[in-house]
Amino acid sequence: MTTGRLHETAEQKAAQAGAEAAAKARLVALVRPERSRMVLLTALAVVGVALMIAAIALLGRATDVLFSGIVSRQFPGGESKAQVLAGLRAGGHGQLARVLGTLHLVPGTGVDFGRLGQLLGLAAALYTVGVTLYWTPGYMMAGMAQRIVRRIREEAEQKLARLPLGYFDRNAHGDTLSRVTNDVDNISTALNEGLSPLITSLVTVLGVTAVMFWVSPLLAALTLAGVPLLMVITKLVLGRAKPYFVAQWERTGRLNGLVEEVHTAHALVVAYGRQDAVAEEFDRQNRELFESGFRAQALAGMILPAIQFIGNVNFVMVAALGGYQVATGAITLGAVQAFIQYSQRFTTPITQIAGLLGQIQSGLASAGRVAELLAEPEEAALAEPDAGPDTALDTASDTAPDAGAALPLPGRAAPVARTVRLEKVSFRYDPATPLIEDFSLEARPGEIVALVGPTGAGKTTVVNLLMRFYEVDAGRILLDGVDYRDLGRDEVRRCFGMVLQDTWLFGGTIRENIGYGREGAGDEEILAAARAAHVDEFVRVLPGGYDTVLDTDAAGLSAGQQQLLTIARAFLADPGILILDEATSNVDTRTEALIQDAMTRLRSGRTSFVIAHRLSTIRAADTIVVMDGGRVVEQGDHEELLAREGLYHGLYRSQFTEPLAL
Amino acid sequence: MPEPQVPADPGTLRRQAGREALTRLLRTFLRPHLGLIALMSVLSVLQAAGNLYLPVLNAGLVDKGIVSGDTGYVWHAGAEMLGIVLGTGLLSVATAWGASWIAMTAGARMRSALFRRIQEFSVAEVGRFGIPSLVTRNINDVQQICGLLQTALLLALSVVMCVGAIVMAVRESVQLSLLLVIAVPVLALVVGGLLYLIVPMARTMQERVDRINHVLREQITGVRVVRAFLRTGAEQERFGQANDAVTEVALRGFRIYSAIGPIIMVVTNLTSVAVIWFGGHLISRGSLPIGDLTALLVYVVQVLGCAMVAVSLTGTAPRAVASAERVAAVLDTEPAIADPVEAVTPPGPAGAVEFRDVGFGYPGSERPALSGVTFTLRPGQTTGIIGSTGSGKTTVLNLILRMFEVTEGAVLVSGADVRQQTAAQLRAPIALVPQSGFLFGGTVAANLRFGLPEATDGQLWEALRVAQASDFVAAMPGGLDARIDQGGTNVSGGQRQRLSIARALVRPSRLYLFDDCFSALDTATDARLRAELADATRDATVVIVAQRVGTIINADQVVVLDAGRVVGVGTHAQLLDECATYQEIVASQLGEEEVAA
Repeated sequence: MTTGRLHETAEQKAAQAGAEAAAKARLVALVRPERSRMVLLTALAVVGVALMIAAIALLGRATDVLFSGIVSRQFPGGESKAQVLAGLRAGGHGQLARVLGTLHLVPGTGVDFGRLGQLLGLAAALYTVGVTLYWTPGYMMAGMAQRIVRRIREEAEQKLARLPLGYFDRNAHGDTLSRVTNDVDNISTALNEGLSPLITSLVTVLGVTAVMFWVSPLLAALTLAGVPLLMVITKLVLGRAKPYFVAQWERTGRLNGLVEEVHTAHALVVAYGRQDAVAEEFDRQNRELFESGFRAQALAGMILPAIQFIGNVNFVMVAALGGYQVATGAITLGAVQAFIQYSQRFTTPITQIAGLLGQIQSGLASAGRVAELLAEPEEAALAEPDAGPDTALDTASDTAPDAGAALPLPGRAAPVARTVRLEKVSFRYDPATPLIEDFSLEARPGEIVALVGPTGAGKTTVVNLLMRFYEVDAGRILLDGVDYRDLGRDEVRRCFGMVLQDTWLFGGTIRENIGYGREGAGDEEILAAARAAHVDEFVRVLPGGYDTVLDTDAAGLSAGQQQLLTIARAFLADPGILILDEATSNVDTRTEALIQDAMTRLRSGRTSFVIAHRLSTIRAADTIVVMDGGRVVEQGDHEELLAREGLYHGLYRSQFTEPLAL
Repeated sequence: MPEPQVPADPGTLRRQAGREALTRLLRTFLRPHLGLIALMSVLSVLQAAGNLYLPVLNAGLVDKGIVSGDTGYVWHAGAEMLGIVLGTGLLSVATAWGASWIAMTAGARMRSALFRRIQEFSVAEVGRFGIPSLVTRNINDVQQICGLLQTALLLALSVVMCVGAIVMAVRESVQLSLLLVIAVPVLALVVGGLLYLIVPMARTMQERVDRINHVLREQITGVRVVRAFLRTGAEQERFGQANDAVTEVALRGFRIYSAIGPIIMVVTNLTSVAVIWFGGHLISRGSLPIGDLTALLVYVVQVLGCAMVAVSLTGTAPRAVASAERVAAVLDTEPAIADPVEAVTPPGPAGAVEFRDVGFGYPGSERPALSGVTFTLRPGQTTGIIGSTGSGKTTVLNLILRMFEVTEGAVLVSGADVRQQTAAQLRAPIALVPQSGFLFGGTVAANLRFGLPEATDGQLWEALRVAQASDFVAAMPGGLDARIDQGGTNVSGGQRQRLSIARALVRPSRLYLFDDCFSALDTATDARLRAELADATRDATVVIVAQRVGTIINADQVVVLDAGRVVGVGTHAQLLDECATYQEIVASQLGEEEVAA
């Protein structure tokens, strides 16, 4: 049930690591446009912190005023400060004298409320302004974080468009989805809840440290003494937690993959009564996710208490030393008071950072997974052809054949038919298993080329090569004499219309699903294509008509009806070359015959490749290419091939081992 | 591309429903941890007490130690403080572990419950939610709730601390504590109001995350079509819109959220200023010792600090509430098709099928898909079902499997109404080969064992032989252990069909349902396969839905459907004589026959 990745070799891993480093740089580059804002934000935070610190200093002064006032009142008025202190010393209270010596003593007076009011008023004003400056970075950060996250999503989605098809075949869809949804979501949380507080906290720590040194270098040095220990502990714990965070998001992706696959195959699981077995597999992976998640969180949860402990040890030491210094008169009580406040303001942001570290580590693990996606090797880069598309190939022009023969699509010039030539083409998906070898084939304008052969002969692979979903390993494909390699992928694909045996419809209206064939197609054109593909009959009786919304996986339409819709889509695209890969396999034969009529009209003047097991389709082909084991074994029209009595003859006869008895 | 249907303005009712959904979910998933939660609550109270005692010691330190210059007292009180800090630190580690344990366990159980509930869903319910949304709900939404749980215990601790700090502050000075009585409700009101604004945004946000998932999943599953029709640009635009939409709502939410921290800060700081001002007056009148003022200031900072922590933790709440609604919506959806209270044991014969005047319409469709359908399928018989596109062939198979409930009449399998049997009982003897030939990512063997995990390699090879798949499987690197990509994209359409036929054959069954699964096979393979199949399924009931008359020409009976009605039942020869629709179908394939004859 799990979709295993191919085992990677050591060199591949090394290459992968290099690519990932590049991808990480790419992720960092996504943050770059925000640099100037980041600087502004930091500047604002610096000013905010400065105001905050000033306000605390003012509060310290206020405490001093209060304390001085109360002490002053205890001494009789008229005496000077010096007289009071001398009296105290004389009375044997030398230590108290030293403490009071630092205060602004005016014996006999009480608390100077005027002065206190001024200080407090100023502090309140600073706080209020400072908070506004605190809020602005937070507000800006919300915008920045979301813009960065949007860019990451965009980058990831655009990456998907450049990945080779093999990537999607190899990796669980749900895991890829998880990288763009769950992981990006997690990065968003880390940025939002982590980055803004991180910046303000760091600024606060630095600012407070500076002020602490200004107030008391000794106490400040003591406060900082704990920091190295803090860092060691944090590094140790986070180092242990990291692999669990990485595992947590990997497993989230894997579980998402399982869930997506099982829910997609819901009908099958139910029909086979395998719900319990599937649930068991789910539980196993769910338990793994639980384990890594718990371990990561439990480890990260240890950082905060550890830091709080160290912070408190520091606090006690500061208080003790501060108390001693006040007692010796080396520092004022207000200063110690302020210092204690500072040291708390120093510990708080550090604890805040510590609390965020887990979240940030988790976000980094997710960023790693997004980087991994961005580092996937892309479709081989193509040298942009020197000539623009218009000169390399003739596009739809006035030289179109008479419009009456084509589908009555109003307002459209019929496209130009093309010559397609495959020359000694070789290709294999898996280097060890040859698939297409030395394959040559030519389809001239207006021709219908049918590919037949036993199942697994490589017919659909030829379609993949024609559509340039994969690049040939050897040989070349020419479109109107121009090598594919000299054309852009889109240029090649623009000439083709394709209907595959697996229908793909998206959640949207029927009109939109048909309209997907060509951008900007009008309602009239959509309706004409729908009529030609015999979609109109069953759509008209639907309650919503063409505006009926198809839910996920187009439940409610039969497989045949879905095929008809995709045929209408190709009709609308109205390409120069049409590829039909078992396009009508689930459509009843009567409807198929009607569609073939329409297609014959559509095909006039166009080149077509048809893969079908129904002989009526093949029989009308100008050239029937019989494939076996990735090679062309026979080629010719129906009559010739029958006359040759080779593989085609055998295939053909075998269908009628039980002839219809009329 | 339209936005998915966004329900009308939520209103009070819906908001209540959201909170109710969260509390109900939490009640269900936290119940097994009640003991642990109780223990942790005790630990939290102890931790809070420790944290609250610190300012008392701190005040003593200032009053008795610093002011009077008693260094000995400072060291003594300091040692006591350290002891308490160590204790609360250990408690903090313990509660962090407990919180992680509970959050992660509850999350895992929630995911599992969701997954199992979705497994019980019928096709209709899966269609109603849509697969991308179910995937988001199953993983991403649970993640949001988990995030809240993870912090909920710390939140509870903060609240305990807050209350405790208020009590302590009141003990210090009733008058000054009045300031807190004003500050705390103001804070609660403002912050609560902002969070209240954010919840609807969070709800929209989850819906838009759904949309991202939806667009992206379609891009991945439809990668060939997107590239073939050069719609990469249009798809990027579509994704861009979804991306912008989610960014827009996230931005609004987070911007509001960013105001909460500063608001708390300003209230805290202004309260401290007020405490010093009013405290100064009290001290001046001699009714408050100066050390108490210091302690009070610390309590004020602590009360509001707890409020701050509480709020930063509630940042996850709005999304969690929205997610809880979405999770509850899945868990509350009763599968339309449930097992009967008293299941009957079907009397047999095993594998027999009878349709009695069956009528059925797909939900939301005006025209019935089937009406008045009556026929009987017997063990040992092969029945072909043929009819035009959309005539109801696959629907017949869906009703036999009870994927949908008939709207009229009854379907009997093994002699009993499907509604009177348990799903397990009903489906155990049935093997289905679906039209799409879906294969799981994994190995060939894992896919084949899907219906019978204990099957031996020999059994697998035998099934592959019958399904005409042994040659190509043997040629695949690794044979049975060869890798299959998700959806089976690394094998051809015909190989995929043969592997899904083999998968059905591995499962010993009394009733085989082949849903147009020979369409991608070349004619020679088709012919050989059907010959072998006839042997392998000799005693069972076999139903073959087909487009080609050749596929069902030798069937014991052929049911001809047209627009949901049975227009003919009989052998090929009989139908050729009597049934106009059948004659038309044959006539449309006449060209092939003529040439072959």
